[in-house]
Amino acid sequence: MIQETVGSAKTRGVASIGRLPKINPVFFVLAALLVAITFSNPNFIEPTGYMNFLKRAAPLAILAAGQIYVIVSGGFDLSAGSLITLTVVGSSMLLDNSADATWWVIAVMYAVGLAVGVVNGLVVSYLRVPSLIATLGMMITLNGAAFMWSSGSPRGYLPETFRFFGRASIQGIPLIQFLPVALLVLLVVGFILFWLMHRTNLGRMLHALGDNPRAAQMSGVPIERVRIIAFVASSLSAVTAGILLGGFAGVSTDVGVGYELQAITACVIGGAQLLGGRGSVPASIAGALTLTAIFTLLNFIGLPKPTRDVVQGLILIAAVVLATYRRNRAGGT
Amino acid sequence: MNKATLLRRPAWRMEQCAPALLLGLAVLIYVAIALSLGLTRFLTPEATVSILNRSVALGITAVGQTFTILVGSIDLSVAHLISASAVVSSAIMNGDPAMMVPAVVAVLVMGAVVGTLNGLLITRLDVNPLIATLGMALIIQGCLASFYGRFDGSVPDAFQYFAYGEVLGLPVSLIVLALLVLGAWIVLRFTRFGSNIYSVGGNRDTARAAGINTTRVVMASHIICSLCAALAGLYLASRLKSGSPWIGTEGAYDLESIAVVVIGGTILSGGKGGIWGTVAGVIIFSLIDSIFNLAGIDAFAKQVMRGIIIVAAVAFYAVRSKRIVA
Repeated sequence: MIQETVGSAKTRGVASIGRLPKINPVFFVLAALLVAITFSNPNFIEPTGYMNFLKRAAPLAILAAGQIYVIVSGGFDLSAGSLITLTVVGSSMLLDNSADATWWVIAVMYAVGLAVGVVNGLVVSYLRVPSLIATLGMMITLNGAAFMWSSGSPRGYLPETFRFFGRASIQGIPLIQFLPVALLVLLVVGFILFWLMHRTNLGRMLHALGDNPRAAQMSGVPIERVRIIAFVASSLSAVTAGILLGGFAGVSTDVGVGYELQAITACVIGGAQLLGGRGSVPASIAGALTLTAIFTLLNFIGLPKPTRDVVQGLILIAAVVLATYRRNRAGGT
Repeated sequence: MNKATLLRRPAWRMEQCAPALLLGLAVLIYVAIALSLGLTRFLTPEATVSILNRSVALGITAVGQTFTILVGSIDLSVAHLISASAVVSSAIMNGDPAMMVPAVVAVLVMGAVVGTLNGLLITRLDVNPLIATLGMALIIQGCLASFYGRFDGSVPDAFQYFAYGEVLGLPVSLIVLALLVLGAWIVLRFTRFGSNIYSVGGNRDTARAAGINTTRVVMASHIICSLCAALAGLYLASRLKSGSPWIGTEGAYDLESIAVVVIGGTILSGGKGGIWGTVAGVIIFSLIDSIFNLAGIDAFAKQVMRGIIIVAAVAFYAVRSKRIVA
């Protein structure tokens, strides 16, 4: 009996050591896609090619890195896309074409994001509304607020100082020639979110909460606070993505439409488990890059938008089927 | 033991009649506003019928969605299926009354196929229902946009009887909805399949251990949901004379139908709720619209309040539960 237990513990130890260097398949898929893009468009290896790709992917990657917090905690954040819209529309209304107000407006937008995250978290934790409904309500409300604020037709434009984050590049860097500010923002935000999720107690509590909320509560995780922090992380990342998107896209009331679903798709491609307990920030960012790479590739091949929808749907399903298959084979649940 | 059950009983009852309470509240506010503004013509039976008639498409979709949510699943593909069935039916009919039956059959078959695929993905491949149906929604949308880039074809006048015809002073569409609700109630309340739905939704593993073919129950619920969405698409095609590829997404029938079902007291995790709650939810939704119209609230403010009302209504009975939700 004892012998057996020791034996099984040993094999488990070996298995976990064997599993450690296993790299998330999303990175291989991403690498394969990048090679395919290079073949279909050799300009992609030039700095302008891949830097522009990374710049375009940055908002979605940031959004996915925030969304993964809510997904790991066991919920969904459907309000992210509408928060992007509100950020873009709200900034243009507040700025009112004056460049001096930029920093103040950005601070206000982050405050709005913080409030949205806290409200989402409070509604889910204390009113016990499932996050699907709570954030759906928030999405409808924020979309309505963006329309109300701009009376349906946003006016004005965003001044250069505001568009700096999405548009500008730091020139004259050796080896890569230039570095888009959007990519810098992605690196900083990505690192902070990675560190919080994978190197701190907060990350462990998030995983515990998503895996089994009751067990987490009984072992002393302050589940309400942790859940609120997860929603705040998602909302703040949505505001950041909104500020970047305001840089490359114009001001309109549908900038953020569909972004929440793309972010969830990116997390799923990155191997996150819906309903909680499993997920990683770098893999979600890689998932977002993969999704953008797929769209870029389809664009180069010359497939129209409708085909892209079909492909996104098939990939989404395939990613989950594959993840479930791998998990079942590994013997976990 | 006995005392405990006695004590617990009222709370259980409260939860049961929460949708009715919400509905009563909505009716009260509506009547109060109509009376205070002196708009008594909005309180006649005709006005009531027109309020109900406005939400037929949502009602038909929500009846189907009730089945998927009760079984512990969810269907996000209904909005795109509604668009697809409206477009396909008007393209097949193309103004020719003789093609009405083939078009209806084709659309219902399409609905059954989509439902079967959703069910297969969820049961056989074990894909999370949200992802499976979301992926299906994207696939339907893409197919629709590439095959029917230019949507032509229209519905013959005879087919518009579905949306505009009247029998004994009641709109045909409303009668169809009422029959559908009645049928759903009978299935859920009196058949073995109905009680299987509740068992599978309550706890899939226990249901399987008890000898229920859970795969078949989940599949059947998804097929019912997709058939209802196809029917809603037919109704919209009949009302608008031709189908357009954005008819379903514009009405946000996917999220609205879920919101309506949940406001009606059906629990998102499944196994608890019923069709009458959904009916109450649909009526509450159309009453909210009418209240805003009566009070003359601006369209965007309406949207803001709608979002808050959805959350508040669900919180109204979720807040007492001890369960941890995510």
